[in-house]
Amino acid sequence: MDQSSNPAEFQTDFAPLEDSRFAVPGMRCAGCISKLETGMGSLPGVVAARVNFSAKQLAVTHEASINDRVLIAEIGKLGFQAQPLSANPLGRDDRERKRLIRALGVAGFGMMNVMLLSVSVWSGAAGTTRELFTWLSALIGVPVIAYAGRPFFDSALMALRNGRTNMDVPISIGVILATGMSLYETIAGGGEAYFESAAMLLFFLLAGRTLDAVMRDRARAGIESLLRQQAPGAMVLDASGATHWIKADDLAPGDRMLVAAGENLAADGIIERGASQCDISLVTGESAPQNCGVGDRVIAGAVNLSAPIAVRVTASGRDTVIADIARLMDEAGQSRSRYVRIADRASRLYAPAVHTLAVVAFLGWMIAGAGWHHSLTIAAAVLIITCPCALGLAVPVSQVVAAGALMRRGVLVKDGSALERFAQIDRALFDKTGTITLGRLKPLDLDRLTQEQGAVALALAQASRHPIAAAIRDELAARGITPASLGDLAEQSGEGMRGTYRGQQVSLGRPQSAENVDGSVTSLSIGDVHINIRLTDALRPDVTAAMDQLRQMGVPASIISGDRVDAVNAVAQAIGIAAQGHALPRDKIKAIEELQSAGHRVLMVGDGLNDGPALAAATASMAPASATDMGQQAADAVFTGDSLIAVPVAIRAARKTMRVVRQNFALAIGYNALAVPLAFAGLVTPFVAAIAMSLSSVLVVANALRLTRAAQ
Amino acid sequence: MSGLLLLIPIALFLGLAGLGAFLWAMSNGQFEDPEGAAIRILIEDEGESNVQGS
Repeated sequence: MDQSSNPAEFQTDFAPLEDSRFAVPGMRCAGCISKLETGMGSLPGVVAARVNFSAKQLAVTHEASINDRVLIAEIGKLGFQAQPLSANPLGRDDRERKRLIRALGVAGFGMMNVMLLSVSVWSGAAGTTRELFTWLSALIGVPVIAYAGRPFFDSALMALRNGRTNMDVPISIGVILATGMSLYETIAGGGEAYFESAAMLLFFLLAGRTLDAVMRDRARAGIESLLRQQAPGAMVLDASGATHWIKADDLAPGDRMLVAAGENLAADGIIERGASQCDISLVTGESAPQNCGVGDRVIAGAVNLSAPIAVRVTASGRDTVIADIARLMDEAGQSRSRYVRIADRASRLYAPAVHTLAVVAFLGWMIAGAGWHHSLTIAAAVLIITCPCALGLAVPVSQVVAAGALMRRGVLVKDGSALERFAQIDRALFDKTGTITLGRLKPLDLDRLTQEQGAVALALAQASRHPIAAAIRDELAARGITPASLGDLAEQSGEGMRGTYRGQQVSLGRPQSAENVDGSVTSLSIGDVHINIRLTDALRPDVTAAMDQLRQMGVPASIISGDRVDAVNAVAQAIGIAAQGHALPRDKIKAIEELQSAGHRVLMVGDGLNDGPALAAATASMAPASATDMGQQAADAVFTGDSLIAVPVAIRAARKTMRVVRQNFALAIGYNALAVPLAFAGLVTPFVAAIAMSLSSVLVVANALRLTRAAQ
Repeated sequence: MSGLLLLIPIALFLGLAGLGAFLWAMSNGQFEDPEGAAIRILIEDEGESNVQGS
């Protein structure tokens, strides 16, 4: 973060600078880094370009006059696909993680140093040496525990204030009691000090917590940040004929917005003047552009592709179709927030049990006449030994290892609870467009083009933002064709791109013949040669294999789509599963709720904004990386790459994870069952506590590491 | 005993130095891109002019 602020120091000499960040998932090697950094860095107006390879991101510092679309086009020319990221996608969560890591570092330092001193005390240091070492332990231990324990103290205090109890309450009481007792012993001299137990406990617990936070952040940085810019406002034509800029929230029904080609719509409306094509992929996930003319309804978030239009606003701000779907999604998501994570369920049983045990131990020894000091020491030992050190590690370590394995397979899981819910799935629903199919047009006839024709087509296609042009460009660029150099390049709205090549007129766009019914045929003309290029939305690779695997795992799948019934049935028959067509967002939620009330746990896989509510309502949900922002936000997991095999892989990995989590619970609880009687009997010295604690933690971590290959 | 008086401050100092280095590296963004750092060593800076342009 500090790096990005450096270029701003030179700001005075240049035009105002801006930082933009892009997700570039395609970077794979050192060559990609240098290609991106030198390629982008040498552009006029770009001050610096820096790749973060771990996050697969590119940060560009550039003059404010260059917008993101231009930069994305330039990245495209280098052969990479890029998506804009919001300015600071991390923010608050990132600070939380850094705080935990800092506490972990401090706890590690304290633990090691105090342990060093404690080992010599245990091995028989006596007299002044022993006193000196205990005092040193206290000097290191107390501040370290005070600092490293804060995340737990804060959380425990919060829980107590709300009249609840959580796992952090016994941890905090145990740590504070042990530290206080040890401090008393140090001052009074003679007794045993538990500083290293307390520091070690905090270290292991912080390790579990940090892993949990790291996993959440890593996935979130990849997902949440794919925020596409929505139109912040629109040029509005007032009664006197003057135009002025109005913010999206202040637009009112009846206003006339002028939308230039390439701009997003800021509100829902009806076209009053002009004819164009609209990209409504934000809403449906479908990339084939829709023709729209006077009288047609257009919705906020759509991109006006080819010609300027005037739109009379019918709904704005909170009344737009998009806002409505977002509300539906919020309501649907509430049922899921009621899911209780397995660690919390365990701690609900565990925390009261631990408290009771400690109190019973204290009272028991008091009644036995041991004196309050001895009784308190034993109660502290019980708290320390029963503290869910291994339990706190059991779940996060397993989940982090599994999530890492899934990430290497291209599945980003948002958090641990998602993995737990994935493991329960026994039904799967798929959206069609963009989920079963790729959701983007793929040109079919490019093999028929000669090298030269390909070069011309690429040169024409890369000058346009039209989705068809983008599809042709991607496909040709992937074949290693270099664009021809053309003269007089111009985009004619609604017609396509024109230019000249070696004295010949060339064009790429709407075909002359009338067969262009659904906008999925485009025509390349070079002089008198006309070639039609058909485009289609192909099935994702491995669809049938994925469905077979799901069936074998006891997860029958079916399609639920908002598309026409016959189009849905055609796809469903091709892959041999049941289907429901013409489903509105509400219908999808209803279908999920019916399955859930029949006792099923439903996985929803979808990509469009219209799937958002269903994604939020399902027990667990997945979205492809090509999905709309809302789809990605609502889903528990996002898979990159085209293959649908990611769905069975994720479920299988989640089931393995839960198996390991249960084993870990058994290990941790078994250890406690052995150690608690010892603590009760007053036989747990700091030495025994240290050995037991580290052994059980190592065992749990080693067991979790078996999940490294869970996603294969 | 006199050895201890020398060794303990040294041990503590080394520990603190390690902790300090870790905290510095955290705030300095050294852990932002570990994979990239491993790979960047392989980049050959032959096109110097390009690099300077950035």
